[in-house]
Amino acid sequence: MSTPLKTPVAGRAAAPFDDLEIARIRREFPILEISCNDHPLIYLDNAATSQKPHRVLCALDAHYRQANANVHRGVHMLSERATDAYEGARKKMRRFLNAPLTCEIIFTRGATEGINLVAQTYGRTHVGAGDEVLVTHMEHHSNIVPWQLLCAEKGATLRVAPITEQGEVRLDEYARLLNERTKLVALAHVSNALGTVNPVKRMIRMAHDQGAPVLLDGAQSAPHMPIDVRDLDCDFFVLSGHKMYGPTGIGVLYGRAALLEGLPPYQAGGDMILSVTFEKTTFNSLPHRYEAGTPHIAGAVGLGAAAEFMTALGIDRIGAHERELVRYGSALLDGIPGVRQIGTAPDRAGVLSFTMDCAHPHDIGQMLDEDGIAVRAGHHCAQPVMQFFGVPATARASVAVYNTKQELDALAAGLERIRSVFS
Amino acid sequence: MSGARALYEQVILEHNKSPRNFREMEDATRTAEGMNPLCGDQFTVYLKLDGDKIADVSFHGAGCAISKSSASVMTTLLKGKTTKEAEALFVKFHKMITSDPETPLDDEALGKLAVFGGVRAYPVRIKCATLAWHAMLAAIDAKNDPVSTE
Repeated sequence: MSTPLKTPVAGRAAAPFDDLEIARIRREFPILEISCNDHPLIYLDNAATSQKPHRVLCALDAHYRQANANVHRGVHMLSERATDAYEGARKKMRRFLNAPLTCEIIFTRGATEGINLVAQTYGRTHVGAGDEVLVTHMEHHSNIVPWQLLCAEKGATLRVAPITEQGEVRLDEYARLLNERTKLVALAHVSNALGTVNPVKRMIRMAHDQGAPVLLDGAQSAPHMPIDVRDLDCDFFVLSGHKMYGPTGIGVLYGRAALLEGLPPYQAGGDMILSVTFEKTTFNSLPHRYEAGTPHIAGAVGLGAAAEFMTALGIDRIGAHERELVRYGSALLDGIPGVRQIGTAPDRAGVLSFTMDCAHPHDIGQMLDEDGIAVRAGHHCAQPVMQFFGVPATARASVAVYNTKQELDALAAGLERIRSVFS
Repeated sequence: MSGARALYEQVILEHNKSPRNFREMEDATRTAEGMNPLCGDQFTVYLKLDGDKIADVSFHGAGCAISKSSASVMTTLLKGKTTKEAEALFVKFHKMITSDPETPLDDEALGKLAVFGGVRAYPVRIKCATLAWHAMLAAIDAKNDPVSTE
């Protein structure tokens, strides 16, 4: 391994899966059996969304077949069953993130909604004229635009920590940008466009030294590494279920209860109130205060199953397997003339982003599709990253636990074919 | 040949590699920008009009093989044409490229444009193929706002 593995529990490197284990894992994903353009599907677009294991599909199906009712209201059996399943999923996500309190787990539609929720509640309460919100140059648009809107509304300033040619945050500049006006720091844990794993523990400490709370965008980290919000000491953490083997439309916001309590509501409606008269409404406590309306109950149940799936495999082993794939794939890409890797940080998770001198990323994606290989082509909702590297777009191959070195060999062979056709 | 191999006709690959009239034009009388925000493709089309005649045409920018070769082929067809003829050519091209992929092409009537017939099977790439054409129309109309395919 070229990079040390994160092993918070054992203190030694977790072993990647062997071929037999991977074969068994692959059998849990029914979609991997389909073919694409007369080739076996090679799915390398996991940073966009991952595929779903049998366990998650069954959890969704079983919920609708055997436990479907609305939550937190009925006295009947099904409603109790649905409430238990939904609140049980919340407990599973608390364990998944090692959050101190179950009420600090708020179900959202995904990471984007989690960020918007924090911007609209914590942000609108604590960021004022002349204040600053600090992000990095490698953020996804969803961790830029909500802060831009907030700053415009409040007369605050959005500051941006620059990155290096390798795609790492310049910590000296980050330190320089932190000051007493910084009211919030919003950081990608892992970059979706570059794969860079940011040294967030250190960056959080630096922010806290200046009195600024930190929101971690964990959309791209939660699928690849054990998350311990207590150890990270972050104030907010957001994730998207569908990127970590769960259903679409469900995600989690973890927020310190001390910060979330006393904030204005995000959306108003049922379930988030204690009592309503036309004169006055009393709002519910955490977490229901931030979950207006009937939630995505089945989605939460499915996400809980996804978290259990990952935990059962060993999240540190998932990470070890994927790092081995990224290392292997990166070396393959290095061996193809005309390929330029975008993002070459030593610590990367899940993502291989690249361009070719002879073919545009869209042409790469189209040609690979012909070989049954699914990659993403475009700006990956990170246009500032594209601007920094001076490219309009990149092709991105991103791995999950079920990918293999053989699939990356097929990717490399596909790129060689593209080179012979286009140059 | 089928699938993407058919999409990337030899003529398309050749124009992608060596695009014709690929330059900025300092004495252009009309320019317009075309961009596809989804993929970041961006081209500027330059026209030098002599009355209603296109005395010169060029393009510059960055995009995929489909958008670049389509822009290149377009410039080779437009030189010497009137703006009305250019608009008629666009209509012909647009009609072809949005037609049912199963419909046989009238190669004779379409001429060089027929090489883009394969794009019909890839609806998301139609925007690529028509990007520079839309910019050309905007330049004729002297609209100076960037043209977007979205």
